[in-house]
Amino acid sequence: MVKEYLTVSHIAGPLVLIEETSGIKYGEIAEIELATKEVRRGRVLEVTGDKALVQLFEGTTGLNVYQSRVRFLGKGIELGVSTDLLGRIFDGLGRPIDGGPKIIPEERIDINGNPINPTARDYPTEFIQTGISAIDGMNTLVRGQKLPIFSGAGLPHPQIAAQIARQAKVLGKEEKFAVIFAAMGITFEEANYFITDFRRTGAIERAVLFVNLADDPAIERIATPRLALTCAEYLAFEKDMHVLVILTDMTNYANALREISAARKEVPGRRGYPGYMYTDLSTIYERAGRIKGKEGSITQIPILTMPEDDKTHPIPDLTGYITEGQIILSRPLHRKGVYPPIDVLPSLSRLKEKGIGKGKTREDHGDVTNQLFACYAKGKEAKELAIILGEAALTELDKLYAKFSDRFEEEFLAQGEEENRSIEETLDLGWKLLTMIPTSDLKRIRDEYIKKYLKQESPKSEVQRPKSE
Amino acid sequence: MKKEARIIKVSGPLVVAEGMEKARMYDMVRVGRMGLIGEIIEIKEDKASIQVYEETSGLGPGEPVETTMAPLSVELGPGLMSGIYDGIQRPLDIIRDKTGSYITRGITLPAVNRKKKWDFIPLVKKGDEVRAGDILGTVQETPLVVHKVLVPPGIEGEIRVIKKGKFTVTQAIAKVKTSSGLKEIRMLQKWPVRMERMVQKKLPPEVPLVTGQRVIDTFFPVAKGGTACIPGPFGSGKTVILHCIAAWADADIIIYVGCGERGNEMTDVLLEFPKLKDPKTGRPLIERTIMIANTSNMPVAAREASIYTGITIAEYYRDMGYNVAVMADSTSRWAEALREISGRLEEMPGEEGYPAYLGTRVAEFYERAGRVICQGTKNREGTLTVMGAVSPPGGDLSDPVVQATLRTVKVFWALEDRLAYMRHFPAINWLNSYSLYLDNVETYLGKEIASDWMKLRNIAMAILQEEDSLQEIVRLVGREALSPREQLVLETAKSIKEDYLMQDAFHEVDVYAPLAKQYRMLKVILELHRSSKHALEKEVPLEKLLTLKVRERIARMKYIEKKDIKEFDSIEREIKREIESLVERKE
Repeated sequence: MVKEYLTVSHIAGPLVLIEETSGIKYGEIAEIELATKEVRRGRVLEVTGDKALVQLFEGTTGLNVYQSRVRFLGKGIELGVSTDLLGRIFDGLGRPIDGGPKIIPEERIDINGNPINPTARDYPTEFIQTGISAIDGMNTLVRGQKLPIFSGAGLPHPQIAAQIARQAKVLGKEEKFAVIFAAMGITFEEANYFITDFRRTGAIERAVLFVNLADDPAIERIATPRLALTCAEYLAFEKDMHVLVILTDMTNYANALREISAARKEVPGRRGYPGYMYTDLSTIYERAGRIKGKEGSITQIPILTMPEDDKTHPIPDLTGYITEGQIILSRPLHRKGVYPPIDVLPSLSRLKEKGIGKGKTREDHGDVTNQLFACYAKGKEAKELAIILGEAALTELDKLYAKFSDRFEEEFLAQGEEENRSIEETLDLGWKLLTMIPTSDLKRIRDEYIKKYLKQESPKSEVQRPKSE
Repeated sequence: MKKEARIIKVSGPLVVAEGMEKARMYDMVRVGRMGLIGEIIEIKEDKASIQVYEETSGLGPGEPVETTMAPLSVELGPGLMSGIYDGIQRPLDIIRDKTGSYITRGITLPAVNRKKKWDFIPLVKKGDEVRAGDILGTVQETPLVVHKVLVPPGIEGEIRVIKKGKFTVTQAIAKVKTSSGLKEIRMLQKWPVRMERMVQKKLPPEVPLVTGQRVIDTFFPVAKGGTACIPGPFGSGKTVILHCIAAWADADIIIYVGCGERGNEMTDVLLEFPKLKDPKTGRPLIERTIMIANTSNMPVAAREASIYTGITIAEYYRDMGYNVAVMADSTSRWAEALREISGRLEEMPGEEGYPAYLGTRVAEFYERAGRVICQGTKNREGTLTVMGAVSPPGGDLSDPVVQATLRTVKVFWALEDRLAYMRHFPAINWLNSYSLYLDNVETYLGKEIASDWMKLRNIAMAILQEEDSLQEIVRLVGREALSPREQLVLETAKSIKEDYLMQDAFHEVDVYAPLAKQYRMLKVILELHRSSKHALEKEVPLEKLLTLKVRERIARMKYIEKKDIKEFDSIEREIKREIESLVERKE
């Protein structure tokens, strides 16, 4: 029989203290029954002697010290999994909200998961074609990677995430593919955008959605990404599916974490976030990857909005230290009307090198990328110089680079929301732009590739072109 | 009445137990029914605070705690090499065979294989007098590493029995008559991780650790037995540099500690190192590498222990007379683990919530590096080089961990994200970085490579310095305001940056530049500068000098293979020819 405690003694923020308990374990689930018979769930955060501190996911509004009944379930939060989860929509704690039937689980899995043994991991090397040149060409995504999108308020990150979910594929293969979408504290409209888009394209059939909206309890968000990843691990490593997990918005998650930490009166780290936030975030992000001997994979695209577009804010900062690169969106590009406004210079995919090249994309990919980066960076520098000193101060070569960077943004970065470019198209586009630059300046590209791929007009005539226009 | 030791509080990785009268500081304990491994970090009367090295969910008050009465120790002996361990030296590959792809709890496995038999070849004979640190014999641990079996600390006397043949690590291979009786010696030894292993004497480092990275070897060298740190924001390439050094540095043994970093990075090392070949012997690098992997999502307390585990193993191999290098990636994560535990102990926080003893701990760790005379009668020399990555929030160097580290280490490789965005790798800033070993290694380099090595380095450095101040003028008034000589300096600095400092870690030839090649490359660039300057004095127009054909060859000289080193002669001749013809036409 499960014991019921009527010994709630203290309520503060999302935290409830229960006294005179016995046999309570750290991390187990507690159910609190309110006077209204409503049941809320929470997790044991600390046990000291006979006192247990519980963090309630649905908040403590309406909770009363004398009339609340507490039951401890002796286990952690679990998700009942089965392939029937596909095509369904759940709330932030895994309860169906699409009016569909209850899930009959094949098994129940603790949502906290266990760390993957580093020796069991398989290194991600399979190129994923997203159809977006700024990602495929410059910051390539590979299967099993965790690549966040650092965005800002008002930037089109939902569109980019949806476009990736729609277009992502591994070349030359037809495999079982699933999208898991976890929303934390986003608005109804944003969530609706994704759901509508998934419905429109039929992607909903192979998607699982966990939705915690802005007006849902904040503390529930602590569980939402973990539910999503438990589901992902099940589909990837037991059902051999390739799973793309989109987590949005991690900023709201981190703020919920801060809320609990503040309620516990812990010593705060930077900007009030708890000192263990790095470890906590890593237990989410590190659940991406591949495992040796298993077919499936988990690729993660967490989205976070940087407060004040500040990359050094603790949330993007700690995220960047855990994830394998980052895609950074830029407000100036967005203002210029470039979609997707991906700022390729500070963006980075750490797993790119092993996912590109001969047999994966094309032999010249690495060199072309490096050259485009270098030229674009030079062009931007030249343009900055022109702002200070005026265009007259630029050398002919500098002007050429400035022109290059404009065309790079307009032709290479910019593309339609529905435009799905193949990697060959992306690379050829890169070569086309590189014809603007004198061959002797293409220091990053091996001669053999220059001979093979650079076939357009001679650079001489290009030098004069800016003048004739 | 004696109270039984039992848990009274569980808060994350921290557990408090009462009834711990026998507990001693830093003893290892077994916590709860699952027997999780923990270490005592604070004692108040009969209550002991324990940091638990495994996930604590499911643990509750009332569960038993058992002290082992021994400090946290590592096992040392043949069989460590090529291994991968977690922060408290549990073999991850064997755990995987036992429990599958995920790490579960309460597993205890010996770090060193007990069953494997090693071919022991004695180097001493019956009747020899030996003392701690002397080599009893050797075992071929891997094709690259000869494991020297040493007389353990505290033993001194006469060899009575010495065996030859195949033994496991727990079988006696020798008996020594000491003043306190006959002692059996086995290949397996234990050593507490928080204690520095003894040496006879420390010496100042003199020989550079050659890494094959031009910016490091030429401009900011680290000596064998020295310490270095790489602070930088994310994405600036700390890990790539550490991987390159681990792969190419001319150390005999590499210990790579992945401390709170990405799982895939450890996998990368695990998959790459068996394929990469040691430049000297052609054998796979994994045969001289030991990895400690405590990724960010693995228990935080074990992360705190991981760097000590790594450096203790490193000291053990140093004692055999090897040049050992330890890479710790990243010490910031280690410091954060320290902060988390400190916070849970409710200690008064210092800067940024880090405990007040952060600086002391950092200094203690780096001080375990050094060039030493090892224990024993033979006065063997061994070195232990320590390189630590630091990951300051937002790349801000005022971070307490960076500051504590800079107070201790002698080499500072300043990584900059601005350089990384320009795809200038390694993104080590040449103006902010420093090495305090330049004087130490000057004699060696002058003798082994070229007598003017340090002179060339200093000229190049001066050009880079001058370029920096000239750039300031350019930004204000434009390039035209500079004299031709100054413009030439800009051009040469650009060449040093692009053709010398930049190095492609993913290019098969460029990834490693031997010292001889580094010297020739730098010499070519400076030779062009010197003769161009001379030509300017003869009133050769600058434009002519900037469009010399040889510049294209210089841009590609980083791809010259070791066997084609003669090509540098031909480049030098071409510089001379081209410039001379310009000067002649002028005259």
